[in-house]
Amino acid sequence: MARYGMVIDTTKCVGCQDCVIACQTENNVPDGFCRDWITTEAKGKFPTIEMEIRTERCNHCTDAPCVSCCPTGASHYHDIGGVILVNHDECIGCKACIASCPYDARYVHPEGYVDKCTFCIHRVEKGEDPACVSVCPTHCMHFGDLDDPNSKVNKLLNSRNHHSLLPEAGTKPNIYYLK
Amino acid sequence: MNSLSRRRFLKITGTTFGSVVAVSTLSSVVKGAKKVDEKVIGNASKGIQKIPTYCDVCFWKCGAIAYLKDGKLWKIEGNPDDPLSNGRLCPRGTGGIGAHFDDQRLKTPLLRKGKRGEEKFVEVTWDEAFEYIAKKMKKIKADYGPESMALFSHGVGGAFLKHLMKAYGTPNLTAPSFAQCRGPREIGFELTYGDVVGSPERTDIKNSKCLVLIGSHLGENMHNTQVQEFAEAIEKGASIITVDPRFSVAAGKSKFYLPIKPGTDMALLLAWMNVIVNEKLYDDEFINKYAFGFEQFKYEISEYTPEWAYIETTIDPELIRETAREMARYKPATLIHPGRRTTWYGDDTQRSRAIALLNALMGNWGKKGGFYNPYNVNVPGYPYPEYPKSEKGAADNPHHKYPFAEGEKLSTGLRDATLTENPYPIKGWFVYATNLTQSLPNTQETIDAIQKLDLMVVVDVVPSEIAGWADVVLPETVYLERYDDLNTAMFRESFVSLRQPVVDAPNDQKPNWWIAKQLANKLGLQKYFPWKNVEEYLDTRLKSAGLSLAELKKKGVIKGQPEPIYNDANNEPEFYTPSGKIEFYSHQLKEAGFDPVPKYIKPEQPPAGYFRLLFGRAPIHSFSKTQSNKYLSDLMDENELWLNADVAKRYGVKNGEYVKLKNQDGVVSSKIKVKATERIRTDCVYMVHGFGQRSKMYRKTFNKGASDSQLITKYKTDPIMGGTGMNVNFVTFEWET
Amino acid sequence: MNEITTTRHNHLIDPVLHAWSWEIPIYLFLGGMVAGMMLISGYFLFKGRHKEENCSCYYLPYISIVLLSIGMFVLFLDLEHKLYVWRLYTTFQITSAMSWGSWILVLVYPILFASVLLRPPKFITDKFPIVEKWRNDFLEKPSWIKYLGVLTMFFGAGIGLYTGVLLSSLGARPLWSSSILWLLFLISGLSGAAAFVHVIAKDAYERMLLAKADNAFLIIELFVIALFIIGLKTATEVQASAADLLLVGKFASSFWVFVIGLGIVIPLFIQLLAVNHKIHHTPLAPLMVILGGLILRFVIVSAGQHSHWFALN
Ligand SMILES: Nc1nc2c(c(=O)[nH]1)N[C@H]1C(S)=C(S)[C@@H](COP(=O)(O)OP(=O)(O)OC[C@H]3O[C@@H](n4cnc5c(=O)[nH]c(N)nc54)[C@H](O)[C@@H]3O)O[C@H]1N2
Ligand SMILES: Nc1nc2c(c(=O)[nH]1)N[C@H]1C(S)=C(S)[C@@H](COP(=O)(O)OP(=O)(O)OC[C@H]3O[C@@H](n4cnc5c(=O)[nH]c(N)nc54)[C@H](O)[C@@H]3O)O[C@H]1N2
Ligand code: SF4
Ligand code: SF4
Ligand code: SF4
Ligand code: SF4
Ligand code: SF4
Ligand SMILES: [Mo]
Repeated sequence: MARYGMVIDTTKCVGCQDCVIACQTENNVPDGFCRDWITTEAKGKFPTIEMEIRTERCNHCTDAPCVSCCPTGASHYHDIGGVILVNHDECIGCKACIASCPYDARYVHPEGYVDKCTFCIHRVEKGEDPACVSVCPTHCMHFGDLDDPNSKVNKLLNSRNHHSLLPEAGTKPNIYYLK
Repeated sequence: MNSLSRRRFLKITGTTFGSVVAVSTLSSVVKGAKKVDEKVIGNASKGIQKIPTYCDVCFWKCGAIAYLKDGKLWKIEGNPDDPLSNGRLCPRGTGGIGAHFDDQRLKTPLLRKGKRGEEKFVEVTWDEAFEYIAKKMKKIKADYGPESMALFSHGVGGAFLKHLMKAYGTPNLTAPSFAQCRGPREIGFELTYGDVVGSPERTDIKNSKCLVLIGSHLGENMHNTQVQEFAEAIEKGASIITVDPRFSVAAGKSKFYLPIKPGTDMALLLAWMNVIVNEKLYDDEFINKYAFGFEQFKYEISEYTPEWAYIETTIDPELIRETAREMARYKPATLIHPGRRTTWYGDDTQRSRAIALLNALMGNWGKKGGFYNPYNVNVPGYPYPEYPKSEKGAADNPHHKYPFAEGEKLSTGLRDATLTENPYPIKGWFVYATNLTQSLPNTQETIDAIQKLDLMVVVDVVPSEIAGWADVVLPETVYLERYDDLNTAMFRESFVSLRQPVVDAPNDQKPNWWIAKQLANKLGLQKYFPWKNVEEYLDTRLKSAGLSLAELKKKGVIKGQPEPIYNDANNEPEFYTPSGKIEFYSHQLKEAGFDPVPKYIKPEQPPAGYFRLLFGRAPIHSFSKTQSNKYLSDLMDENELWLNADVAKRYGVKNGEYVKLKNQDGVVSSKIKVKATERIRTDCVYMVHGFGQRSKMYRKTFNKGASDSQLITKYKTDPIMGGTGMNVNFVTFEWET
Repeated sequence: MNEITTTRHNHLIDPVLHAWSWEIPIYLFLGGMVAGMMLISGYFLFKGRHKEENCSCYYLPYISIVLLSIGMFVLFLDLEHKLYVWRLYTTFQITSAMSWGSWILVLVYPILFASVLLRPPKFITDKFPIVEKWRNDFLEKPSWIKYLGVLTMFFGAGIGLYTGVLLSSLGARPLWSSSILWLLFLISGLSGAAAFVHVIAKDAYERMLLAKADNAFLIIELFVIALFIIGLKTATEVQASAADLLLVGKFASSFWVFVIGLGIVIPLFIQLLAVNHKIHHTPLAPLMVILGGLILRFVIVSAGQHSHWFALN
């Protein structure tokens, strides 16, 4: 079975937030909220500084605490690509999943249910890339099947150093960052 | 400057489309072109509708496709057929739909009620507004002559108003994009190569093996193609050298980061050239063939050793040598980026010339990875009647005070003329899409000039600062709601692209072409507007190039015949300089009393307790024009003050705390949030331009963050071409009391 | 020097998670109290103390029902999508502590009602004489009452540990990812309940017994807290820094002063004097214990949301 994920080249990302705005328009994210965001990490002392800029979002974890803690089953593994989705009319808004997400990837939609990145499954099912991936002016984001050894994402992972966020949290995140 | 006119002659000989058929096949081989061709216009009521146009959130003019869902504007994406966007817009373009939804927009024409700048207006009809303007313009023409009207207009939208003003009879048309922006660079290159860099820049970034960024903060500066090519270069493993007092985003991508002392770049450039010449690392063959005055140049720069430069720049001499050799290693695919807003210290034309010469040493003119030769398509202009001749001539540069102020008019020059009435009075300003209180240095001078006017018209989309000073404010439709003129910019590919309306204007806003045509009628200039409407105008132009509006409305962008963009044996470069060569030594400059070879001038240093005020771009904002766009302001609704972390500690300023800034002339800014960071030198502070706006009508942006413009009371004018160096102001902190 | 900046700015999430405010701590506190009371009244039933006229097992069920209902209402108040609350009961999610909790609560009510049957309120027996008959059948079968006692204790313990597991099952918050949070909440619930019953008990023996028991519970609670802290400190770096939130950080004052000092040590001291007849019993100490238990829930819930896997600030 496919396991969708992202491989993001931090050497190219400039932190422009195009991915954030594209997500907001594509998915009508309510004003003031975001499903993806930019984290900038600058280590060192001027002028010797190491900087990594990352575009972050739900990691669509393989062991997703947000799913296991959900009392209604609203948070679930989608049968395509193991994408983590929230069923709006099963969600009671108890926020357990929010408290359970080490990445703070979720938020309460003004309409009451919990919302987050969907990997743009509505586009992916039509064979398109997620909105954030297809807008990125630096082409630094790649979306694909991590279980397919011939996929672009896997080729990148095999050929370059990479890391994921908080592997120690034990959620098996499916977004990787190339260094 | 004769070289200029010669260049322009070459400029107008653009390519043609050949047969339209050839073109459409050409454009449909482009990946994704199919998607665009399928586009169906009409039946706005149901389903998804895609309408191509081009973006106007900045001046790059990226081809885009707007999506409507059930007739309502949904999103906008890049047009895959467009060589500027390659199907991907920058964040401002993607958020551009916010301009249509902006709840702060001007809705109807306004007529001033109170004093100028009090922002007291009454709503009037378009006809009343035009009557008022026409009456005043006729009087100005009668009393002073047509030259006493000036047009400040930035961006393609102004095309029809420019035409109107030329028809009215004034040569005084300007924009802040020359004397406050690219001017020094263009003149520096003009003097050296006899040609300009142009916009979009002719930089072959994506093929550069070594890219040197001097200030150019690509990634924050979001000029789309530049950033896309920058990323491509990174992917290909280009060696990047960034020179910036601030650890910019680009610095984070660089192999070498040179944390230069602000204002000393000339010293670094001279030292680099010194090393390259002494170690004979330059492109010998290229220099022998195309260089003029190389021996004098060699002699002049011999004194500028890296050890000397170290004292000025604080850059380690070994690092200077190492980076010089790094550049030479990859020549001619080494590009020293010429920058864009080069109006820094008042010696900017000479600095740009030094950059031009360093590039020449790399022999990269017309070479892959250097400067390519741009070209465009030839879409003839509309056959208008002759404009009236002005015997007075333009007022921006009396007695050629700035001998090489060529190509464009000096905005600040027209401001001076308005203030001093020299060479003659300027009594009316027509301001289109330029927020002069933000974009011209020393806001007070701008306001004093405005106070001397008989007529001040502002065409804007929101109640901007400058609109607050107008007698008449005309509300324009935003770019998503109107036609504008065609874009046939010179680039690495030739193309023509169309801006067309994708949604209706929400209120009584009108497009600039309509405004110009209506006003022409009132002024009795009908004969200059023979076309019925803008569609007819556009179709006429396109037909004369073998195309049609109908076709362009579908495609959005149509490419011309491909042409070679690099020089080779049977296609030698030409230089439109007096010597016909690359002028390492410039007699033109010598004769005008300037250094024929660039020299270093020590910049003035901040007094104790003061810091040099630097400023630049944020990727999600354009100058002062996007602050009320909900998509963009949601991500950044105020600017921050970058302050070195150690300095912050020393001054007891906490990260996230608000301070005010006071400059050397005692001007105090509105409060700004401190970003205490390791990413900047200790002798300067930095903020993003465009914030801290003080238009009370413009509630959402009122005093959000601080305005660099407000603190730029001092500026150093470039004696060569009149550019206004603006990085020469010093600030210190003030705490709220 | 490590500068980390993020552009995320979501309501309830940033700058630090505060998705749960007062509702959840109250709910956990009431849950704990009910748990404690059920353990106590269950124990009395098991011991057959219902023969005693004033046995607290006659009124604790009433109080439990009331507190439990308030607790569930408060929980309901916290839901963001209230109209869909019924979704809790169209499914059972075996991995979800909250799902377990909501089902346990459903089972707890019948048991509490059953104990109410031991001495149903008069207006009911007047209306439905049949209830009176059930009661008598019931009282004739001591074994049934023993079973009821066991069930009551069992489910009481269930609720008690559930209130802890609810948090510790949310792996994302270092402070909560402790294997003994359930024990802490259970014992704190017990001490709170014991203190409460000690005050309201009519029966002198029970009052004395519970005072003694409460002291024991408080001493154990101190140990459990120590274990809890040591556990975190000796685990990962992030868990250690999470513990520091309580020991030295943002929540240190409320933790040391209200939870440990006024909530456990001082009342323990007072009650030790009291049980050794050095001073008279007053409701003061028990009240402090109960409030201490309440504040403990607030501290753990808020500090937990502050604690984060990213070793930020
Ligand atoms: N202090 C300081 N000054 C600078 C700069 C700086 O960095 N700092 N940068 C310089 C540079 S590089 C440049 S290019 C210039 C740019 O200077 P400007 O071209 O003046 O740019 P803005 O300040 O964005 O002003 C644009 C104005 O146009 C209005 N506008 C937006 N869209 C439309 C439209 O569709 N129709 C009409 N009619 N109006 C519209 C906006 O509301 C705003 O008032 O500034 C220069 N001046
Ligand atoms: N997102 C976005 N992108 C834009 C624009 C926008 O409004 N928004 N505007 C566009 C326009 S018109 C222009 S002209 C460009 C302008 O953008 P650029 O030409 O790239 O940058 P500048 O405004 O010249 O200078 C800003 C950078 O120079 C550095 N700097 C300041 N002083 C010195 C110095 O003395 N020496 C050196 N080496 N560096 C220094 C600053 O730290 C900062 O990184 O941006 C274009 N791109
Ligand atoms: S759009 Fe691309 S480059 Fe810009 S921030 Fe997002 S990932 Fe980075
Ligand atoms: S990132 Fe958070 S929300 Fe997304 S799957 Fe992992 S735990 Fe769930
Ligand atoms: S908030 Fe909704 S999705 Fe999250 S756990 Fe509760 S019910 Fe499940
Ligand atoms: S994948 Fe789609 S939903 Fe997720 S962040 Fe990107 S655009 Fe937003
Ligand atoms: S660079 Fe960005 S803002 Fe400028 S035209 Fe292109 S998309 Fe629009
Ligand atoms: Mo500019």
